[in-house]
Amino acid sequence: MSIVSRWLLAASALLLGGQSALADINMPVGVTPISKEVYGLHMMIFWICCVIGAVVFGVMFYSMFKHRKSKGAKPADFHESTTVEIIWTAVPLVILIAMAIPAAKTLIAMEDTSDAEVTVKVTGYQWKWHYEYLDSGISFFSSLHPDHNAARQKGSGVDVSQFDNYLKEVDNELVLPVGKKVRFLHTSSDVIHSWWVPALAVKKDAIPGFINENWALIEEPGVYRGNCTELCGRDHGFMPVVVRALPEAEYDAWVAENAPAPAITESTGAAATTAVAAVEEDADREWGLDELVAKGEGIYNTNCASCHQANGQGLPGAFPAITGSPVATGPIDAHINTVYVGVSGTTMASFANQLSDVDMAAVLTYQRNALGNSVGDTVQPSAIKALR
Amino acid sequence: MSAASAEHHDHDDHHGPAPGLTRWLYTTNHKDIGTLYLLFSLLMFFIGGGMALIIRAELFQPGLQLVDPLFFNSMTTMHALVMIFGVVMPAFVGLANWMIPMMIGAPDMALPRLNNWSFWIMPFAFTLLLSTLFMEGGGPAGGWTLYAPLSLQGGDSFAFVIFSIHFMGISSVMGSINIVATIFNMRAPGMTLMKMPLFVWTWLITAFLLIAVMPVLAGAVTMLLTDRFFDTSFFSAAGGGDPVMYQHIFWFFGHPEVYILILPAFGIVSSIIPTFARKPLFGYASMVYATASIAFLSFIVWAHHMFTVGMPLAGEMFFMFATMMISVPTGVKVFNWIATMWRGSMTFETPMLFAVGFLVMFTIGGLSGLMLAITPADIQYHDTYFVVAHFHYVLVPGAIYSIMAATYYWLPKWTGNMYDEKWGKIHFWVSTIFLNVLFFPMHFVGLAGMPRRIPDYSMQFADWNAVATIGAFGFGFSQLIFVYVVFKCMKGGEKATDEVWEGADGLEWTVPSPAPYHTFETPPPIR
Ligand code: HEC
Ligand SMILES: [Cu+2]
Repeated sequence: MSIVSRWLLAASALLLGGQSALADINMPVGVTPISKEVYGLHMMIFWICCVIGAVVFGVMFYSMFKHRKSKGAKPADFHESTTVEIIWTAVPLVILIAMAIPAAKTLIAMEDTSDAEVTVKVTGYQWKWHYEYLDSGISFFSSLHPDHNAARQKGSGVDVSQFDNYLKEVDNELVLPVGKKVRFLHTSSDVIHSWWVPALAVKKDAIPGFINENWALIEEPGVYRGNCTELCGRDHGFMPVVVRALPEAEYDAWVAENAPAPAITESTGAAATTAVAAVEEDADREWGLDELVAKGEGIYNTNCASCHQANGQGLPGAFPAITGSPVATGPIDAHINTVYVGVSGTTMASFANQLSDVDMAAVLTYQRNALGNSVGDTVQPSAIKALR
Repeated sequence: MSAASAEHHDHDDHHGPAPGLTRWLYTTNHKDIGTLYLLFSLLMFFIGGGMALIIRAELFQPGLQLVDPLFFNSMTTMHALVMIFGVVMPAFVGLANWMIPMMIGAPDMALPRLNNWSFWIMPFAFTLLLSTLFMEGGGPAGGWTLYAPLSLQGGDSFAFVIFSIHFMGISSVMGSINIVATIFNMRAPGMTLMKMPLFVWTWLITAFLLIAVMPVLAGAVTMLLTDRFFDTSFFSAAGGGDPVMYQHIFWFFGHPEVYILILPAFGIVSSIIPTFARKPLFGYASMVYATASIAFLSFIVWAHHMFTVGMPLAGEMFFMFATMMISVPTGVKVFNWIATMWRGSMTFETPMLFAVGFLVMFTIGGLSGLMLAITPADIQYHDTYFVVAHFHYVLVPGAIYSIMAATYYWLPKWTGNMYDEKWGKIHFWVSTIFLNVLFFPMHFVGLAGMPRRIPDYSMQFADWNAVATIGAFGFGFSQLIFVYVVFKCMKGGEKATDEVWEGADGLEWTVPSPAPYHTFETPPPIR
């Protein structure tokens, strides 16, 4: 980007309400070599379009002021000129070629995912992301932060302007190293999602049955936020992406702290993977009704309430109510089966890989003994463990 | 074929319109059917607009205030389906019905009974579509593109959506066949193809596009239907199907569809600008060729809607270059219109104001379209409000403005009365101001990172969304002025001359105003 365009952009931003306005009206420059190139391309085409617009509109408005009947203009009667036609076919063609060359170069660079040092598999779920570090075995889900999730409910009464990054905060951030080429593998377990972080200029669809590739080399430590950008159902607007880029040493420390012991492959949170022994023990002991219900409430609100609603009433026709549900108040095995296996052909997915033994037992017990239900029995984590 | 039209001795042809409601139910008259299409489109415009206002009202502030996210999604989905299939397309077909026979010196459309049927399917199609909003599970909420697998998650009402799309498709294809048949067979002797007004040309090409792609859409949604209800797996990866294939098929329809929504607009503007510049259209032949090349290119650029699905590099390159190419013939058109204005003797009655509004704002939409063609940048723009801004600039001040321009332009010919010029101009200015307040800020929030199709957003987007919502309500309510002007003109007003406009040129201006129920029963002489 030239000095002139930088200056012009700043000037237009000032006109529109001061320096801070700039970030709110233009593409971020970003923190990767690719994002900077893309930003440069964007500004280049933007200014080319401005020039074309200025010329076209200039001639047009000049004509509209000069050649009006009220000013006594008499109509000429020319209506053809092959030379002129050729000129205004050829000139745009040349401009297009000039734009296409740098665009093609950037595109080639974007598609080159070779020589990555870290690979993260990103799987879209309705409506959360699952991250799996293929090198270190760390894996966890990342959902909208519970506080934001509570605030965004219709009629929550919460003033959302109190949050610094409303709807762009998650429970577990994706931690990445600075200065290393990171490769992303995108896929989905249900519908199509799209993983986007503007500051990294990475946007790729997560498609069931496909694995797409992408990459980023982050140059500055920081927190970069984005969203799912492919309509993916009711809570499409509520599955943010948050990337925390750490300097290499800090990143290595984070990996060492969170890498799972070989036996455990799956858990609900990065932090939880540390307490391997504790988890084992938790799954085996006998839990009381109250502690399961207490734990289940949070799990329910994060994982189930988007569809079945926080009050358990569901949305008629789309998602059944849990309150009074024949399944949630009926035989335990059928209830477990619904959640563990899912209901094929519907949006009710299998939660076997999404919830730990304890979490699944808790949420099932919660459904049976809260939200207006009071069956009175418990689902023990050991029962879930036995299914695995 | 001229013999066939001479032998056209249907009983009704000798009389005026039948009295009462049956006139509209049984009519085979191209003018009546044109009116029906236009009124239907106006009604749908307010229904689709009401949905847009629900969307904008929810987006006025961050936080969820008014609607459930699922209902929000069904509003965005329905708004698009209604505006595309219920407003822009029927309005263009209505204009074609009214004007094409009069422009080529034909007594009526070639297939009048088919014409009646094409129209009367539409109310049923849209009753079916809109009724899904009141069914259990609500209307379709997977976006107007109906991407699988998301669209397959809808409730049983999905079957109604698909059938209504089938109906719309049948109606469009029949309407198009009729237009092609009329243009090829019913021209007055001496009206050679290269003498036809551009509106006729652009519609001829549009009709071919429709005949080519509506069946593709019908095929795509039928596969959705069987995937959803009959256990096939065309688009389900788990069953060996391919969700990306749906997108390829959809956009193979969808991109030509975009041009279906704009080519007739080009024709309208090409009629209006010469009239008010009092100067013949510049580069008539190149306009025809440019239209044809746009139509051809529209078949080979579909995947530019899919740059993030993970295509091979070579594919991305091809679709980037092909897409950029479209700006060449489009540019030629814009330059030709300006050259038509150049050294003319212009006046700015309402139709001209809307045509100039079209020219300026469609060009803005065209330029943002050029930006979107640059694949690496598109990866940042894709599925954000920048795209929403882009296509609203080409569709609202593009397609919709051309329809309004056409209405003001031909209304005196249809009703025999001049419309109220003062209110027409007020309508233009109020609409244009609010329209830009509504859509321009969408460029900003889109670039800053606001995804489309979301019911709630981060604080950083709050200010511009509030502005856009104010623009939306202003724009929406200012359309009531349009209704007022049109109905006032239908009721009465200063009598229009046959020629109506000083600089008007073309056969439609040689018949009396209002145009009699039957025109050109004997072919007019062509200069
Ligand atoms: C993406 C939306 C979605 C989410 C998230 C979801 N469900 Fe469901 N659930 C459904 C749908 C749809 C059905 C109905 C399936 C059918 O047609 O049988 C259902 C059915 C059920 C039923 C049976 C209800 C009945 O009366 O038939 C139970 C129990 C249940 N879900 C539990 C859960 C639990 C526990 C969670 C969270 C861990 C959860 N669901 C998350 C969509 C969802
Ligand atoms: Cu998503």
